[in-house]
Amino acid sequence: MSENGVLLSIQDLQVTFFTEAGEVRAVQNVSYDIPQGKTLAVVGESGCGKSVTALAMLRLIPKPPGKIVGGEILFRGKNLLHLSEREMRHIRGNEIAMIFQEPMTSLNPVYTVGEQIVEAIELHQNLHGKAAWDLAINVLRQVGIAEPAQRVKEYPHQMSGGMRQRVMIAMALSCDPSLLIADEPTTALDVTIQAQILELLKDLQHRKNMSVLLITHDLGVVAENADDVVVMYASKIVEKATVHDIFARPLHPYTQGLLRSLPKLGEGQQRLEVIPGSVPDPLHFPTGCKFHPRCPHGCNDRQCQSREPQLEQYESGHVAACWKVRELMEKRTS
Amino acid sequence: MTTNGDILTVRNLKTHFPIRKGVFARTVGYVKAVDGVSFSIPRGKTVGLVGESGCGKTTVGRTILRLIPATSGQVRFDGEDVFGVSAEEMRCLRRDMQLIFQDPYGSLNPRMTVESIVGEALTVHKIAFGAERRERVADLLCKVGLSSDHMGRYPHEFSGGQRQRIGIARALALHPRFIVCDEPVSALDVSIQSQIVNLLQDLQDEMGLTYLFIAHDLAVVEHISDWVAVMYLGKLVEYAQADVLYAQPRHPYTMALMSAIPQPNPVRAKQRIVLRGEVPSPVNPPGGCPFHPRCQMAVERCKQEMPPLEPKGGKNDHVASCWVTK
Repeated sequence: MSENGVLLSIQDLQVTFFTEAGEVRAVQNVSYDIPQGKTLAVVGESGCGKSVTALAMLRLIPKPPGKIVGGEILFRGKNLLHLSEREMRHIRGNEIAMIFQEPMTSLNPVYTVGEQIVEAIELHQNLHGKAAWDLAINVLRQVGIAEPAQRVKEYPHQMSGGMRQRVMIAMALSCDPSLLIADEPTTALDVTIQAQILELLKDLQHRKNMSVLLITHDLGVVAENADDVVVMYASKIVEKATVHDIFARPLHPYTQGLLRSLPKLGEGQQRLEVIPGSVPDPLHFPTGCKFHPRCPHGCNDRQCQSREPQLEQYESGHVAACWKVRELMEKRTS
Repeated sequence: MTTNGDILTVRNLKTHFPIRKGVFARTVGYVKAVDGVSFSIPRGKTVGLVGESGCGKTTVGRTILRLIPATSGQVRFDGEDVFGVSAEEMRCLRRDMQLIFQDPYGSLNPRMTVESIVGEALTVHKIAFGAERRERVADLLCKVGLSSDHMGRYPHEFSGGQRQRIGIARALALHPRFIVCDEPVSALDVSIQSQIVNLLQDLQDEMGLTYLFIAHDLAVVEHISDWVAVMYLGKLVEYAQADVLYAQPRHPYTMALMSAIPQPNPVRAKQRIVLRGEVPSPVNPPGGCPFHPRCQMAVERCKQEMPPLEPKGGKNDHVASCWVTK
């Protein structure tokens, strides 16, 4: 990936939910690094485990039924899974902050936005009273809210969706985290507001040299904002590469299918290519490669049906988990 | 805009919702959700209706189907005045005009089997009962890519994409000629969206359907639509053939909307128009052109007068409402 230092590294992470219906292995052997000051995007469809991985980093998996059953999460070399709850509370907010998809429901409706930002500041920094309020007003100004001194006194329902997402970002930034986890930060917003929020995130990242973990299903957002990309399918990583390589030379048939099935602006009315079938049920994953029933190359292949492929490096910094990659690469060059 | 081949024409449609306050629920103002919209849909074609949340696009779709009473204006479906007919005649008209909903989770009754969901309309309209109804439902399921084995199951047993197929089968049950598709793919996963878009196109070719396709995703709309209408704050700001509109948008709002879409291509550096501010409230829309507070091209006249929809770029079938662009 990149030459920068690694801020956070996930090694072989496994998260399982023990439900009445059976064990749901939501994250299986996931490893990736988030470089200092860069943006790593994790892409995948609903239920692929991308958000659960992020919650595991903050140790926010609801327990029971969920449990981190294996692996390491190294933040500046320290394994977060071995910290006490007290030490972990210091990491959350101060070092790693998170913003969620739903700006409508992530804020408490009975407190003003100022009270909520101040609460976060008082919890995590040694600031109280007027100093905390001044900082709250200051971070609201940083995220581009006009007249922040008036706005801090407003309740969430008095604000629009885009405004609330700005408040969430302000709250996350109030403690100067070194890693920001943004879980579908713009999915609930209109495109013109999405453009504003993404612009804002990019700008703040440059100013603060912050790392960003961007979780999304929107490949357009990925292309314009990420440095490196991880593609997840059915609880596992299927491909990892720089943003340029993922879009120029996708290796895994799932990534290729996703890119081909997107309607692109300016291409008119050609027929869309599809990935047949639907995302598998995590209680009944297919045997072998989990993508094989939907794969144009692997659906009739013995090996794909019976043995699960492991991640392998094919080009510098470009890994994929698929038995057919070499075959497909040869076909492409010939 | 063609005139003779149109299956649906909308003239100066207005839907205003009263805001009531106080003990006596006095009307203190109106939300002008749809404020003077006119367009027409050619037979067998697809018109895409795009805009941001709260711009009134869903209200347009529902008002056309008379699911929400219109404040004023006229809708003609195949020559018939939709707002003028009696309730009895409307029931007949409903056979021809159907709706597909956005949310495949909320729009199917969880206590009904797939057979009764899809077949309900056949019973209500006294078209088919018993074994004949079963057969019709099986046919419909087959048409949308499900199998007749699914008839006895309940909605929760299906994935999002499959549920949307059930919703489509229900809409097709009465052999409609016109379907309002209200954000039919926006709640679905990326790999499923393209399946549903292709299905809608196949059904259109096979059954000669006409669609009003409401969506906020401009790439999907370009893909499926022959004509595209852009709405902002209850008003139509641009209407043109899809390829013309996407190649040469003439309204500053359409231009901004298009430039805001992130493209799945990291190489192409792109000039982005980032709009300032947000969509104003439809209770209190700004005077003059409703877009002027966010518009980069706005001149003094835009604050005073509402620009009319007029032909742009020398084409009669490309209209936009803007004082500045030509």
